[in-house]
Amino acid sequence: MNAQLADLYQEIILRHHKSPHNCRALPEASHRSQGRNPVCGDEVEIYLNIEGGHIRGVTFQGQACAITRASASMLTEALLGKTTGEATAFAETLLKELRAADQTPEAPAHLNGDLRALFAVGRFPARIPCATLPWITLKAALAGQPRTLLSPSAK
Amino acid sequence: MTAQSLTESPATPPLVERVRQDFPILEKTVHGHPLAYLDNAASIQRPLAVISRVDAYEREGHANIHRGVHTLSQSATEAYEAARAKVARFLGAQREEEIIFTRGATEAINLVAQSFARPRLREGDVILLTEMEHHANIVPWQMIAAATGARVVAAPVTEEGELDLERFGTLLREEPVKMCAVVHASNSLGTINPVQKLVELCKTAGVPVLVDIAQAVPHGLTGAYAAGADFVVFSGHKVFAPTGIGVLCGRYGTLETMPPYQGGGDMIERVSFAGTTFKAPPARFEAGTPHISGAIGLGAAIDYLDSLDLPALYAHESALLRYATQRAAELPGLRIWGTAPEKVAVFSFTLEGAHPHDIATFLDTDGIAVRAGHHCCQPLMQRLGIAGTARASFAFYNTFEEVDRLFRGLHRIARIFG
Ligand SMILES: Cc1ncc(COP(=O)(O)O)c(C=O)c1O
Repeated sequence: MNAQLADLYQEIILRHHKSPHNCRALPEASHRSQGRNPVCGDEVEIYLNIEGGHIRGVTFQGQACAITRASASMLTEALLGKTTGEATAFAETLLKELRAADQTPEAPAHLNGDLRALFAVGRFPARIPCATLPWITLKAALAGQPRTLLSPSAK
Repeated sequence: MTAQSLTESPATPPLVERVRQDFPILEKTVHGHPLAYLDNAASIQRPLAVISRVDAYEREGHANIHRGVHTLSQSATEAYEAARAKVARFLGAQREEEIIFTRGATEAINLVAQSFARPRLREGDVILLTEMEHHANIVPWQMIAAATGARVVAAPVTEEGELDLERFGTLLREEPVKMCAVVHASNSLGTINPVQKLVELCKTAGVPVLVDIAQAVPHGLTGAYAAGADFVVFSGHKVFAPTGIGVLCGRYGTLETMPPYQGGGDMIERVSFAGTTFKAPPARFEAGTPHISGAIGLGAAIDYLDSLDLPALYAHESALLRYATQRAAELPGLRIWGTAPEKVAVFSFTLEGAHPHDIATFLDTDGIAVRAGHHCCQPLMQRLGIAGTARASFAFYNTFEEVDRLFRGLHRIARIFG
């Protein structure tokens, strides 16, 4: 396998893809949003249960590629317990960094754990939207928008 | 012998090796591998004959057409009109004036929807399509349905990806159908519809019919107009010509009854603020300066096709599809979508555990270009209950070796994702 491809589909991503965490609907969700990438038709739905300003439950569902599923699975792990303010700030920083991943292929120093693996999309710029879709959808869910459509030229 | 080489790969005929030399881009390497271009249904590559004809026009022949008395303008006009004559012959039109140059199949369908169908539709009328249409043959009809109160009804497609002819016939008889638009060959599944039969059914019902031949023409299926369709449309870039040029071909008597689609220069007889009179077709529908080099390139593409042993080359394309279909059995998780007996060389599939986009990214790093997704056929994907497919679409310049490379890649993907 080509080294860059091996980087993108490393163990971590494939593990999240094959057995994603928190991949189910959340009946008690207080917030939810469905995000869609019009280029490929992939969809991901993010469910949040917010109590007293804290994220007490976060799950996702969707028909999507390995990158989007892994990104969503990691999202659910990263955000549990955060306040909505913290979650928004985290998502915004990560989105900015992912969108610039084609310029700076290294994962940012402040990140630890599985999320670092996502930055391999930098070598496949066409796949950056696959990684950002769950995070954009999360922001929409927090803002109370039931649907989000990635713009076709967006990252 | 491993499971991967159970089927012995046939040799690619010398004829095909020769044709490959006509396409400079096929010498390219991608990610360090020779390009295996298997995305021909999205857009096919250009032969040198087209590239150099367009180049020669740009270097030595360019001027605006239909507007000047000077030498260059006249020769550009002649070249543009000669291309129209070639397209007319290519489709079996009754006269050259039945050919209207558009930006592509999409614009041609919009033209028919707006100028022909829209003024004829009343509330409650039905526009009959099929479930296997490209978005280009759905959305323009939905737009005029919304404007007129007409309804869009789609004839069903079977699990195998074939049009349910019986239901199509019933809908034609029982619904107040005023317009029908059907695809000749499906871009996402490859299914070839029985166009003669469809046209006859429409004729019997007295319903005008547009046939989208965008995916038929690249495989030599150019007979829909001669079979009696009222309109046919296609795009140049899928048949060796540049992007931005396409064709609407329609019965002259019908075109004469249609109002212009766009207003501007070149389509008027005389303009005054008291009122403007329009030229006869095709000029009426070619407002503004057209894609002159594109039309000339399309003419060159038809000349190029005329120079080839097409029956042998189309037979080779079909052999590639048969070979890929045979090899599919090696991979237990592979499912082919579209198993109609009559297909153009489109191999659409899913692989268990691997999303089409991941498949396309993997293959790309091997230098293999395939398309992944809904192929602009979301209603069809919904009907089949899938989000999308990966699609290898063959042209006559593809080789058996490229199919082998595709399967080598798919075996690897199956191991990683399985
Ligand atoms: C069957 C079919 N119809 C129409 C179109 C639209 O063609 P264009 O985008 O060139 O206008 C396509 C292109 O993919 C097609 O495959």
